Amino acid sequence: MSIFLDKNSKVFVQGITGAEGSYHTGRMLAYGTNIVGGVTPGKGGQKTEHGLPVFNTVKECVEATGATHQCIFVPPAGAADALFEAYEAGVRFAVCITEGVPVHDMLRVVGATPGMRIIGPNCPGLISPGKSSIGIMPGHVFKEGNVGLISRSGTLTYEVVDGLTRAGLGQSTCVGIGGDPIIGTTFVDCLREFKNDPQTQAVVICGEIGGSDEEDAAAFVKEHMAGTPIVAFIGGRNAPPGKSLGHAGAIISGGFGTPESKIKAFQAAGVPVADRPSEIPGLLAQRMAVSV
Amino acid sequence: MNLMEYQGKELFRRCGIPVPRSQHCKTPDEVAAFIEKNPGKWVVKAQVLMGGRGKAGKIKFATTAEEGRKVAQEIMATPMPPNRQNPSGEPIHSVLVEETLEVALEAYTAISVDRTTKKPAIIVTKFGGMDVEEVHEKHPESFATFFVDTAIGYSPFIGRELAFKTDLDAGYRKQFPAIVAGMYDLFFKYGAKLVEINPLVLTKDGRVIAADAKVEIDDDALFRHPEFKDWQQVLPLDEDETLATQAGLGIRNFRRFGGTVGTMANGAGLAMGTMDAVKNAGGEIANFLDVGGGANAERVRSCYELVVNHTGAKVFFVNIFGGITRGDEVAKGIVEALKTTKSRKIPLVIRLTGTNEEEGRRILADAGMTPVETMDEGAKRAVELAASGVSS
Repeated sequence: MSIFLDKNSKVFVQGITGAEGSYHTGRMLAYGTNIVGGVTPGKGGQKTEHGLPVFNTVKECVEATGATHQCIFVPPAGAADALFEAYEAGVRFAVCITEGVPVHDMLRVVGATPGMRIIGPNCPGLISPGKSSIGIMPGHVFKEGNVGLISRSGTLTYEVVDGLTRAGLGQSTCVGIGGDPIIGTTFVDCLREFKNDPQTQAVVICGEIGGSDEEDAAAFVKEHMAGTPIVAFIGGRNAPPGKSLGHAGAIISGGFGTPESKIKAFQAAGVPVADRPSEIPGLLAQRMAVSV
Repeated sequence: MNLMEYQGKELFRRCGIPVPRSQHCKTPDEVAAFIEKNPGKWVVKAQVLMGGRGKAGKIKFATTAEEGRKVAQEIMATPMPPNRQNPSGEPIHSVLVEETLEVALEAYTAISVDRTTKKPAIIVTKFGGMDVEEVHEKHPESFATFFVDTAIGYSPFIGRELAFKTDLDAGYRKQFPAIVAGMYDLFFKYGAKLVEINPLVLTKDGRVIAADAKVEIDDDALFRHPEFKDWQQVLPLDEDETLATQAGLGIRNFRRFGGTVGTMANGAGLAMGTMDAVKNAGGEIANFLDVGGGANAERVRSCYELVVNHTGAKVFFVNIFGGITRGDEVAKGIVEALKTTKSRKIPLVIRLTGTNEEEGRRILADAGMTPVETMDEGAKRAVELAASGVSS
């Protein structure tokens, strides 16, 4: 098992003929992702350079291929439209890589698509190592195993996973949930899935300053996952208050969202917080009572 | 994009939120001319993005044209004093001349985006006119919040419910639901991330008026509102934001911190992680720099020059973990940047891994550079180099 994504998930790429869409489709195929086609309006009937069929609409793509998982590489102004189109076509799983989607577009999307699992936007996607990958994560860093990982950042995720893999701790599924103010899937949404996934024996939560997602995650762990080995990390602990650094989410304001508040919440839930990414494998191994 | 008070109030007017009579003036002469034509009791308020105008003496009263000219001169003569968030203060280029209100009560109301419920949140407390975070510390029980279902949108019962829950004075009740309706209209129509009225004044003669306006427009939604272009031009960028823009980066992608270890990484998360690593290795950070995805030679060069010329960096620690960024592209960029830059040379510590890493490392090796293996190792090496001043 794994969460959200496995070998059989049929993936289609929205914006498959664009530069990024096409490049990453090739990389996903090379990883073993079951990509069945793509959508680019006006290019229906053509084949991509990878030999995949292109459709004008999501509906046609889904009807012809049975695709269930959408991967979005369209410009920001078209992201909400792509999600709505997929929802109307019956798709209930989407990954939105696009950065710069207006916050109000996402407010409308999450309010109007009940039952749809959306990862992102502004995220690197997700990967169930050894099975399938949707998005832009560098597959060779990952290794199949039983650690679930959730992260608000992209590149920091690779950093952490690299450490886990080198320490022999493979992963069940790694989800980059994205750094925007409104995202489809939160830490808690992922924890709920990991809790019920037989493959996942331990979890790493890579948080960040700003917002309260980490505090919410800590509260969930305390109540529902007390027995599971979990380690957390908070990026940006040396950022000055009041300034936003890159991610919309990485803003500290008031007492909420500070690294102290997050660390306190995790510690109260019995979750150790690593001072640096390189400490995560050791802490996790201790909790899992295996030697690295 | 944060709006100044006069800009926010212009949007309030368009959305039917009552605001005081006012005139936006760019010079003391304009202030004097306006008061000459419109006798009365006026308040002159500095137009800046920083808070704390009252304490800084940047809000003053005037009843005659001459008085208006004098206080405007005083206000505009010096910039807003620096604070922790704005170490160089903020220059004052204009003032808002506004009708003086006979204040009976002051309340607070705002709409913002709530991450947890993924809904717009309307927040109200009857204690306005103060720093809202202070109010929250002293009177947390005074706040009420309503999370709006975007499929339904705003409906007047929400305003009524909030007014009752927060025990707003009866004088507010009739007008309050319509004012919140205007705020919600603005919030959606202009893609705002925050619409805040503090204080929402109840005057002695029973009017409910927005005495201040704080509006933040989502930068990602600006493409839908070309009409904000003019306003954007008068909004101040701080020095770091200006430098970031000049280097072709987003305004939030670069910050200086005064240390000696320059940093650059791809992705905000890794860039913050890189700073943490430098700090953990005992170093002082010169800057935060997120180079973004797809770093090419020109971008890398402009970032190198930005750090070398505008920070106190003695060493430059480049930390690239490729996902969408390709290692070979970055490596070419670094080699090319160092070849073509006219800026002074400082030692580079390069950590390059992820997509196309072998190719990237080969390019660096061919150019005589040695990448380090891990982030901690790179941070340690960079801190040592910064301390010794020896070139690599």
